[in-house]
Parts: sequence; C-alpha cells; structure tokens
Amino acid sequence: MAKKLLEIKNLTQYFGSSKEPVKAVDGISFDIYEGETLGLVGESGCGKSTTGRSIIRLYDITDGQIIFNGKDVHSSKSANEMKQFNRQMQMIFQDPYASLNPRMKAGEIISEGFDIHGLYKNKKERREKVESLLEAVGLNREHANRYAHEFSGGQRQRIGIARALSLNPSFIIADEPISALDVSIQAQVVNLLKQLQKEFNLTYLFIAHDLSMVKYISDRIAVMYRGKIVEIGLADDIYHSPVHPYTKSLLSAIPLPDPLSESKRTRISYVHEDLDESASFYEVADKHFVYGTAASVKKWQNA
Amino acid sequence: MSEPILQVKDLRINFKTFAGVVQAVRGVNFELNAGETLAIVGESGSGKSVTSNALMKLIPEPPGIYESGEIIFNGRDLIPLSDKEMSKVRGNDISMIFQDPMTSLNPTMRVGRQITEVILKHKNISKSDAKKRAIKLLDQVGIPMPEKRYKQFPHEFSGGMRQRVVIAIALAAEPKLLIADEPTTALDVTIQAQILELMKEIQKTSNTSIIFITHDLGVVANVAHRVAVMYAGQIVEYGTVNEIFYNPKHPYTWGLLGSMPDIDSNSDELLRTIPGSPPDLTNPPKGDAFAARNEFALAIDYEKEPPMFQVSETHFAKTWLLHPDAPKIPIPEAVAKRIEGYLGKENVLNGEKTIRN
Repeated sequence: MAKKLLEIKNLTQYFGSSKEPVKAVDGISFDIYEGETLGLVGESGCGKSTTGRSIIRLYDITDGQIIFNGKDVHSSKSANEMKQFNRQMQMIFQDPYASLNPRMKAGEIISEGFDIHGLYKNKKERREKVESLLEAVGLNREHANRYAHEFSGGQRQRIGIARALSLNPSFIIADEPISALDVSIQAQVVNLLKQLQKEFNLTYLFIAHDLSMVKYISDRIAVMYRGKIVEIGLADDIYHSPVHPYTKSLLSAIPLPDPLSESKRTRISYVHEDLDESASFYEVADKHFVYGTAASVKKWQNA
Repeated sequence: MSEPILQVKDLRINFKTFAGVVQAVRGVNFELNAGETLAIVGESGSGKSVTSNALMKLIPEPPGIYESGEIIFNGRDLIPLSDKEMSKVRGNDISMIFQDPMTSLNPTMRVGRQITEVILKHKNISKSDAKKRAIKLLDQVGIPMPEKRYKQFPHEFSGGMRQRVVIAIALAAEPKLLIADEPTTALDVTIQAQILELMKEIQKTSNTSIIFITHDLGVVANVAHRVAVMYAGQIVEYGTVNEIFYNPKHPYTWGLLGSMPDIDSNSDELLRTIPGSPPDLTNPPKGDAFAARNEFALAIDYEKEPPMFQVSETHFAKTWLLHPDAPKIPIPEAVAKRIEGYLGKENVLNGEKTIRN
C-alpha cells in the first residue's frame, strides 16, 4: 500500500458567530495516498472548496487535525517552517481570469515563487527555470513577456498550473480547474494534469462538480453533502455500485452525450434523512466506505 | 411537416473594434419548427451567443453591424424592424433566458412585479389578473408556496429557484420561441436536471419552440431534436440529434465528441483533444476555418471554403471530406468505439439488431 501523504482527522470549519455557526465542513476524515488523485465532488455549498482551502491553511480551522507528511499543518510554525510547508503544497484556482495579476507578466507570475523562496543563483538560472516551466505546461518561452489578458482561458489556466509547479510541490489542490473552460480545452488541461502527475510524481486533490471528468481523472472519489463526506471509494466503485442515496441521485442527474439513453433517463431524487448519533463510516466493499447508521447502510445496500 | 416558425438566412454580423472588423457570424442558415428544440453547440467565440442575441435584435449598433441576411419569424423579417416594433416582439413572441440567474433579475424589485411587468406590457389585462397569472406561473415552474414567494426579493431565492423565476418571466407572455443561452451552466447537476425537465414539460404543454445554446453535449443529447454545431462563426454540421451523435461527419464534431470523457472509458488513456485554439475572426483564415486544427485536413482545405454537403434529408456538414473525390476517412477509432458502445447498450435494451441508418 502506498504511503499516506495527507491525513485529515475530524476537520471542522465553521464560519460566522459561535452561537449559530455556518457548518461549512462538519467533522470529516479521510486520507490521501502518495501519487494518487482523490476527486472531491458535491453540489455548490457542500463544503468541498472550503475543505481544500482549509487543507492549505487559507483558513484557520475550527477543529480537527491535518497531517501532511507526518507534520500537523495547522500547528504554530515559524516563518521559516511555513515557507518549507508552502513549497510542498500548492493550489490551482477555478477562475483563470481572476487568479492571475493583470499587472504582471506571465514570467513574473511564475517566478514570484522562486523570488520569495530564493531558489535560484542568478538571473540566467531564473530565466531558464521559467522557460522550462512554460514548456512543461505546453506554452512557448516567448509567452513569458506577455500579460495575462493576452492569453486565452486555457492558456491562462496553464500559467496557473506552471505557477503551482514552480516550487516542485508534492501535493496540488486543484479547485475546479477546468469548469471555466470550453470542452475541447478542458480535455487539453486534464491531459496536461495527468502527464505532469506522472512526470513529477504529484498527488492531487481534484475538486469539481463535473462528475464525468472527475471519474476520468481520479483514482478514488469522495462525495460530499452538507459539510460531510457521505461516501468514499475507488472511482469505479462509486460510479458503478454507489450505495448512499445522495450519490445515486447525483449520478442519475449527469447527462450523457447519448440521445437514446437520455430519452429514457429517470432521475432519482434525494430526500435527506437526519441520522442519529451512531452514524459513522461503514466499509461496504474493499476501500469503499459509506456514512450512515448500521441500519440505514443495510437498507441502502439492499435498495 | 409544419411550417417553420423561424428561418435564418445567410446571417452575417460584424463588430467594429479598434483591432479591426470582427466577423463574428459568417453566413448562418437554419430553420425551426413549432414545438421543436434546436441546440446550438460550439466553443466560446464560435458565434453562438451572437447568433441568438441577433434573433432578438440585441446586438448593440455600433459596434455591431447586421451585414446581411434575414431573420424571418412568423413570415416577417425582423432585421429592418425599428426598436419600437421590436419591443412588441421581445418578451411577447420571442423571449430569452440568460446564463446567469444571479445577474439577470433586478435585485431591488420583488419577484412578483418582475413577472407582472411583462404581462401588463404585452397583455391587455387588469393588475389583479396579472397577479393571478404570475402566481400561477410561479407554481407552474415548480416554486413552492407561490403566494409567499411572489412578494420576495431575488436574494431570498437559491440559484436554481432564481433560474425558475427567470423562466417564469420568459414564459409570462406565452412566447412562441424561447431562446435559452446556457441556462444551466451556472447550476449544479441535480438542479440542472430539474430545469431541463421543466423546460421539456413546458414545451410539451404549450408547443413552444426552443433554441438552446450550450457547450455541454450531455445537455444537448437530453433536450435537443436538432443540433447545429458552430465553429468560427459558421454552422459546420447540422442534423437531427441522432445523426449528430451517432453518425457525425465533421472532424470538429468528432473532436467535440472525443474530448468528453466517457463514464466507462479507461482512465489510463489520454483524452482526445482538439489541438490549438479557434482562429482570430478579425482575419478569418482562407479556406476551411477549422483546417489548422484538423488532423484530417486536405490540401484544398487551405485554399477553398467547403460548401455544405448533404448527408441525408436532414443532415448537412461543411467539410471537404464529404466530396466524392475526397479520400475516405473513417471516424476516429475512439469516437467510433464510443458510439458503438452507446448503440450496443441500446441494442441490448431493445433486443434490436441495428438502429443505425
């Protein structure tokens, strides 16, 4: 079994007043193994982006523990330790229009990381690094001197990816990296992410609501609903033998590019049931866990 | 076959910009029958939104120019109409649903008034009757407690509910044609499925024609009767939904179908992609606009623009590959395999031998 790169234990993230908090993430636990891609799916507002942002310490978590490479991410750290940690973990954002500074050239955006971390000896080395990163993501070295507005959406997302790669991270959180892109460009970016994963031995947390892309890129998938993970398992198991009624409902809503099967589609609607205190994870198949009470999981399995 | 309610003939729309004249729509032809749904698919910048905005005469002039063409709706050309005449058509005969339900409602106005506004403008009825009709519409689009919701503001609604309100407004004057510009792109899949069901339901009961603009081929397969694939301001393939999905002829359509991951596809393989990006329409390339990104491009593609070749009575494609003298290029294996997979599943379900035409 591969080594655990990231362990998330009872991660809780509340916002707002302590009297009536918004429970964005409500006590979730999962592991991410080295070299794998974990897909995190769910509807808007389910807490999937908050989970990603909490992991990379963009928020101070309310409760729980995030252990990355054996170290607690949220423990107090000196500035130096923080830098070490930031090198290891990087993020790709959803909106390639809003996530690049319009007043910086692509080369400056990509090299900002090395400047902060002092990762080059001289200007020549710095330039070479920028060029090799641009080429790694399928752009030209000439692109380093252009501003963000001179690029198309897909190219901008490539710059965002080059920036995330610039510090040689081992773990990348991709928060809906393709949902703002056109279909033909989505495929290019997903292919690029796959190639880079092989080349640099990266681990991904891939957050998305486009379930067919998630199935394609992920080794395992976690389904989130109202701040909780309701089902987690191998991508094929989640798609072909879902157990939780929410997962079933989500899968039944994906439109397929197949008119004949679309004309016969029946959507399963999901009615949320409140679970009692005893709810926890049950292993229904190898590496396939469902959140519920013993009785409800049994009922769902037979449904 | 019934009379088409809409005919678009050789529509050309340009925009004057500092960088030059952008030829956004370059000779588009299509027609639509009553009660039918046409899906227009294509990448951003392919001219699909410009085409649909043009049908409502929503292109600002300047910088837009209706270079040529006719938009014949119910036997009348809309292009020469004045703004005043158009305002009787907009919302009444043709209405539109926009992509973003967050920004297409007025945040300072109660939802009920936004609906009655349309009814009072186009129908000669009293305020109290308009209110009754608005509440009935809210109920029809599946909003619970319509009397209470009638008095609320848009911020009190969720995204899916807001899109339902937008649909209620679009339907308020019982239009014959509904244009939906990516109406579900901003919504979650479960909400998207509900909205698509709602639109099909409405179409069945009121025989409305729908033009559906999207880049999601799954959504197209779900709602459309006919499909127009747009590329660089032109329709490159046009046909019934089954023809486009099961017997595609244009390499761009192959590319679009191939770049969608399949639920059953093996994730060790890379996705098929369309290399490069769409051409700059200030200076459209000579010949076939898709040639530079087309792995099957012929020498003539760089010289001469292909005409629309007819494949069947309802199926057309704009590619030189359909010329009798062109080399026979089969559909790429990955796309063919996928189509076979879909049809195979179908055969098992129906117990039929073949349904391919």
